[in-house]
Amino acid sequence: MEVIGKSVIRKEALDKVTGRARYTHDYHTVPMLSAKMVISPYGHAKIVKIDTTEAWKIDGVRAILAGKEYPLTGEAIRDRPPIAFDKVRYHGETVALVVADTPVQAKMAADLIKVQYELLPVVNSPSQAFEKRAPLVHENLGKYKKEEDSHPVPDTNIATHIKIRKGNLDRGWAEAETVVEANYSFSPSDHAAMETRCATAEILPDGNIIITTSSQAPFMAKRLIADYFDEDMGKIIVHTPLVGGAYGGKAAVQLEVLAYLASKAVGGKKVEVFNTREEDMITSPCHIGLDAKVKIGADYSGKIKAMEIRFLWDGGAYSDKAIDLTRAGAVDCTGPYNVPNVWCDSYCMYTNHPYAAPFRGFSHSELSFVIERTLDLLAQKLKMDPLELRYLNAIKPGNTTPTRVRLNKSNVGNLQKCIERVRDLMKWDEGSLKEINERTVRVKGVSCSWKTSTIDPNAPSGVILTFNRDGSINLFSGVIEIGTGTKTILAQLLAERLKMDVDKIHVRMEVDTQTTPEHWKTVASRGTFMAGRALLEAAEDVIRQLKDIASTVLRAPIEDLVVAKGRVYLRDDPTIGIDIKDICYGYQYPNGNSIGGQIIGRGSYILRHLTHMDPETGAGKPGPEWTVAAYGVEIEFDKRDFTYRLLKACTVVDIGRVLNEKAALGQVMGAMSMGIAFAGRETFYFDELGRVLNPQLRTYRPLRYGENPEYLVEFVETPQLDGPYGARGVGEHGLMGMPAALGNALSIAANVSLHHLPLIPELIWKTKEAQK
Amino acid sequence: MKSHTILLNINGEKRSVIVRSGDTLLYVIREKLGLTGAKPGCLNGDCGACTVNVEGWPMKSCLMLAVEANGKKVITIEGLENTPIQQAFVENFAFQCGYCTPGFIMNCHSLIERHPDAENPLIKEWLESNICRCTGYAEIEKAVKSVLRKNQSRE
Repeated sequence: MEVIGKSVIRKEALDKVTGRARYTHDYHTVPMLSAKMVISPYGHAKIVKIDTTEAWKIDGVRAILAGKEYPLTGEAIRDRPPIAFDKVRYHGETVALVVADTPVQAKMAADLIKVQYELLPVVNSPSQAFEKRAPLVHENLGKYKKEEDSHPVPDTNIATHIKIRKGNLDRGWAEAETVVEANYSFSPSDHAAMETRCATAEILPDGNIIITTSSQAPFMAKRLIADYFDEDMGKIIVHTPLVGGAYGGKAAVQLEVLAYLASKAVGGKKVEVFNTREEDMITSPCHIGLDAKVKIGADYSGKIKAMEIRFLWDGGAYSDKAIDLTRAGAVDCTGPYNVPNVWCDSYCMYTNHPYAAPFRGFSHSELSFVIERTLDLLAQKLKMDPLELRYLNAIKPGNTTPTRVRLNKSNVGNLQKCIERVRDLMKWDEGSLKEINERTVRVKGVSCSWKTSTIDPNAPSGVILTFNRDGSINLFSGVIEIGTGTKTILAQLLAERLKMDVDKIHVRMEVDTQTTPEHWKTVASRGTFMAGRALLEAAEDVIRQLKDIASTVLRAPIEDLVVAKGRVYLRDDPTIGIDIKDICYGYQYPNGNSIGGQIIGRGSYILRHLTHMDPETGAGKPGPEWTVAAYGVEIEFDKRDFTYRLLKACTVVDIGRVLNEKAALGQVMGAMSMGIAFAGRETFYFDELGRVLNPQLRTYRPLRYGENPEYLVEFVETPQLDGPYGARGVGEHGLMGMPAALGNALSIAANVSLHHLPLIPELIWKTKEAQK
Repeated sequence: MKSHTILLNINGEKRSVIVRSGDTLLYVIREKLGLTGAKPGCLNGDCGACTVNVEGWPMKSCLMLAVEANGKKVITIEGLENTPIQQAFVENFAFQCGYCTPGFIMNCHSLIERHPDAENPLIKEWLESNICRCTGYAEIEKAVKSVLRKNQSRE
């Protein structure tokens, strides 16, 4: 015996001798310090000097973190100092952090820190970053620690380069009878979740690190902090309560690191970092921008023969998730079409812009804008109905994707059916342009999209079910409730499987990484699929255990038993059975003897058969299935001043199986609203110093009440056979086709070809003027 | 930093609280009174997540100093119980993440009380002061109109 018999020191010993052990009456006085940031006012500058003398004179200041080199952070490449060191690479970057007793003191002190900068040349777009003699954002790119599948090119601004080589491009161009080519660009923008990001950290005397964070990825926060700072992973406990909107923006790990460093600087006391709106928009990661070039070749019948695409993603100052975004854009680069010959170079570019987090759709609304606008150009050139062109080339079972995955009836939805429904809902056959009067026209535009979720091939999801004595069930899943209602869906799946009352299922909303089984990250529309599969396995586990004990009590073989409506009973004689509440905590015989115990169900799921991509050709299986959708918008356009009003927006998405109709409709309409605002007016405006000129909700404007169009939403149901009850993801898809559909409608309305976002009247006017 | 003792009539209770001159009403109701239903979203009046009701009118509590609320009647989301608009939000799925919901409900509630006969332009004028990033507004529109309609048919 190595441990048994030894006087192992008690696990709570340190708490008890430091006064940190908390008893019931101690909980209402939890002191918390506040941390405020000093952020960079420039896009690119050398930090010459940081003077904190005046700041220290403010009462209540406990620590100032600045000018110190901390371990580099970042998911794919370790390129980001958590607090800027030596130089700043974007407007908004954290330069110093002040910890004080109250938020007011921290802010007063932060305002008194004097930072002297020396301006450096700014890289203000991914195209500029790609130029041979562009200034370097990272001089030491070759020296960073990185993941194997990141391919940074030292002494350039290329953080990674993903290649897709499918078929034979020369043959493709030879077969093409007509070719269209176009360039596109749009700047980074923001998620603008209503809850700004927030994290608290506390380091206990026993070394436990307690973090609470507004995050889609508490399990990743735990992993990364352990890794960055060489902490014991089991000692990091990350809590995430309800999250006030995320849309991908809270999948990055950032404030958790700052809160951890701040707490460490004040002896482990609890410290909160809470973003102002301005910080949330520029300091924390934003929505990626893109410069793209695309060339499509087709024969005269409209069949697409070849596509050549170059994406220059605006990853911003640090590569973090932009590497994965660059890959995701390449994986589905053609849009949902059967293209035999594909050549795509997808580059993640460093610029002096705020860095990118995932954004609802994960590169797919962006690539859809590029591809779908070009398809309309092709339709125009071929004098073909744009919807017909899409129908003709729509991806189908038997086709292969750009990374050469062969599709079947389960792993891809039915795009042609989606297109047919959009045709009806939009009354497409009545024509896409209608004169209302000499000044006003009504115009329709359409688009399509597809998406697979390129998450880590070994991403896990787990579910635990425990019983209460009344036969009700507690459901634990690591899925974060970010607004999508996924945990309610899980309860519905469980109620369906156990044929029980959904009100008897108690869902734990908060996640903590110590007691909740891991769900990798609540991203990529994968919550229902992965946690749903884990849930169904846990339900099977519960059923097996219930039948096991019931079989003994009822003296009947397991095969003869059925679990439903709170009972286990004989299939052939339901009058013989036992209530679940009498066996879920074991069964007690009349004489007091008991058997069994509390029933605890467990389920676990990991995506199967995913592979890394071949670095030279891109070949590989990056995701489990492709959800497809078709879209339309109808606008009223004023030909005199180029203003417009959105009348209708339509999305038809193949979601496999509708699990909760109102929740699914809500997801799609909400995503459409984000997509419309992204298309129509959301963007960061940069000046020549790389400064974001509009980091406020009065100058950066999401849709408001009454600005929304009439939503027309329908679902097609082609079951994904390995999804729970056939369901596919639905959280992102309403967004993905909106920018393209609006761009297509406006291009028709104004008789121009629009290639940039946002689609504001000024852009239309400029484009028209340039055409003259 | 000068502090003052003020008396708030909040959700029907009289609460005495010590505040700084510069403390906003939002800060005081959240941090001093523990009423965290009103949310900080922008702290400059752009988003409406912090909307409460002061003397019968919707007020963005980040734009009001706590000392200005001295002696005034303040209702926060915690002061509403089972109102028709709350019920309508639930039935119509008029929220997703829920962060903007208290502010929206307080605004809707005040609108319904002040203008039970509100039509589209007035509803828009009131509700466009709040941002909901999740829903796309169709469900919120349904919710508020369902309550207005019920009221109107009763009159």
